Amino acid sequence: MRPDLFEHPDYYLLDELLTDEHKLVRDATRDWVKRDVSPIIEEYAQNAEFPQQIVKGLAEIGAFGPYIPSEYGGAGLDQISYGLMMQEIERGDSGVRSTCSVQSSLVMYPIYAYGNEEQRMKYLPKLASGEWLGSFGLTEPNFGSNPGGMVTNFKDMGDHYLLNGAKMWISNAPFCHVAVVWAKNEEGRIHGLIVERGMEGFTTPETHNKWSLRASATGELVFDNVKVPKENLLPNKSGLGAPLGCLDSARFGIAWGAIGAAMDCYDTALRYSKERIQFDKPIGAFQLQQKKLAEMITEITKAQLLTFRLGQLKNEGRATTAQISMAKRNNVDMALTIARDARQMLGGMGITGDYPIMRHMMNLESVVTYEGTHDIHLLITGMDVTGIPAFK
Amino acid sequence: MKILVCISHVPDTTAKINFTAGGAALDPNGVQFVINPYDEFGLTKALHLKEKHGGQVTVITFGDATVEATLRKALAIGADDAVRLDGVPTDPMQVAGELAAYAKDQGFDLIICGQESIDYNGGIVPGALAALMNLPFVNACIGLEVDGSNAQLLREIDGGKEQISAALPIVIGGKKGLVEESELRIPNMRGIMTARTKPLAVTPLSGSAALTAASGFTKPAAKAAVQLIDSSNLDELVRRLHEEAKVI
Repeated sequence: MRPDLFEHPDYYLLDELLTDEHKLVRDATRDWVKRDVSPIIEEYAQNAEFPQQIVKGLAEIGAFGPYIPSEYGGAGLDQISYGLMMQEIERGDSGVRSTCSVQSSLVMYPIYAYGNEEQRMKYLPKLASGEWLGSFGLTEPNFGSNPGGMVTNFKDMGDHYLLNGAKMWISNAPFCHVAVVWAKNEEGRIHGLIVERGMEGFTTPETHNKWSLRASATGELVFDNVKVPKENLLPNKSGLGAPLGCLDSARFGIAWGAIGAAMDCYDTALRYSKERIQFDKPIGAFQLQQKKLAEMITEITKAQLLTFRLGQLKNEGRATTAQISMAKRNNVDMALTIARDARQMLGGMGITGDYPIMRHMMNLESVVTYEGTHDIHLLITGMDVTGIPAFK
Repeated sequence: MKILVCISHVPDTTAKINFTAGGAALDPNGVQFVINPYDEFGLTKALHLKEKHGGQVTVITFGDATVEATLRKALAIGADDAVRLDGVPTDPMQVAGELAAYAKDQGFDLIICGQESIDYNGGIVPGALAALMNLPFVNACIGLEVDGSNAQLLREIDGGKEQISAALPIVIGGKKGLVEESELRIPNMRGIMTARTKPLAVTPLSGSAALTAASGFTKPAAKAAVQLIDSSNLDELVRRLHEEAKVI
């Protein structure tokens, strides 16, 4: 891939709304992405290989649990800092950002929020340091948008739980050391269990032949009579609201991350439009190309404002699930549209690995589907404004 | 070992530079500021020395409150404390005078400056600081190790290197080679969090006078467009190089 010359657009001078610390968080993450992600990511994506060395780097920069308190190994930063980190990491690659989102919001967050002190002290420092990689098991082969229908279950065997079932489309699964798994007890109530690699009957087959998130490892979590110690049950929250609470945190990060992917596509297309000469002038001089660029920067700016306000609300503990849904849905769709337009602007070069656009576009096809599909988020907004659920 | 690292807050090399005040001052609007790259090599070397020998790394800069972001970054990278000389610098002798006034009673073993700053590229401050403090000075320093109360230094000279020994305390003007680019540190989130509570002292100026004043700046003329001449038309290329460019 070409040298990473990225400069972020800031059309509405949003940097003035950020603190010096926010900007330092963002710039440090960007420096790390330019140094350690951009030079290698295309090759790993082309080879459909997970760059395992990135786990250590993500841990060193502090991308695992940046908002988790420092006594558990996190950095104790605010939600806008977390969002800016996700923006910068996804600017590099959605797959790398997915690894972070899962570790931070779907593994560390539930252990921090729903776990007891022993569980926090046992797992969080190792997850923050990257010594352990985690995964999150909610989606099943027959229960995607309807997770409440899950069939994965556990039985109380007296001195342990016996876990059976299977989870699918699980980021980090092939390499995870621990998995936060959502399963029903004998009364049909959903609980979170921490399953560790090495427990008998627990396997993590890899999902191959993806055209998206190729630099991220995806797999299944299969539980065949797995004996889970009773102390591995997350005690402080149960019911479908527990995993959905984790998804709120992850979707918040995705809303920011998608802006990063969109910015990279826009920046690449803008640069290209000034360099590529057709009919004796740069293609950026033509109205149809300017229309694309003008729409891109407009949509990026709107998305930035949406997430900044959402970050303020999240810092105050006031961001609702529906507000997060709106931002995730809007921003991912925005990024996907920009990726497609940017790809067209680069013509044939847009489909090559010399530029990041096609990789972003393919990645975003997963991002628009996972953590609540584009359509489901629309229904969440619909339910929120009408008070009537349209899911069934 | 007490180490002082002098840091300049300078525009990023990719920043688009404009002037204000009738062309007499830099317009900071829209400019991204960074730690002067020469100083960053020095800061990283100071952290290496601290990790090897123990001690304290203090960073100092001269500027108004806007430069504190640069000091916080230095703290996030690993400096222990920071000092901001509270004012707006206008002249290198003023900067050297203020730095000397601050440092003279602090007992620093080593004062590391960048060889020059990439904004005005004067290269005066490190030498002037050493002179005002009556300390030995090594410029263009590309190697530095400390052995007890002595420093072993490498200075870049035309076509080679000079090995130098000097007793501490000493002032150096450093550059790449003190550490390599790959050794420069990106602040991590824990460092950024820790930097919140590290001391950043704001110190009033001692009154060192500026000896010069910039009255105006002129930007270089924009580069003309590149003209491509087809490789089958070498005669035309030679003619243009001879008659228009007048280089052959």
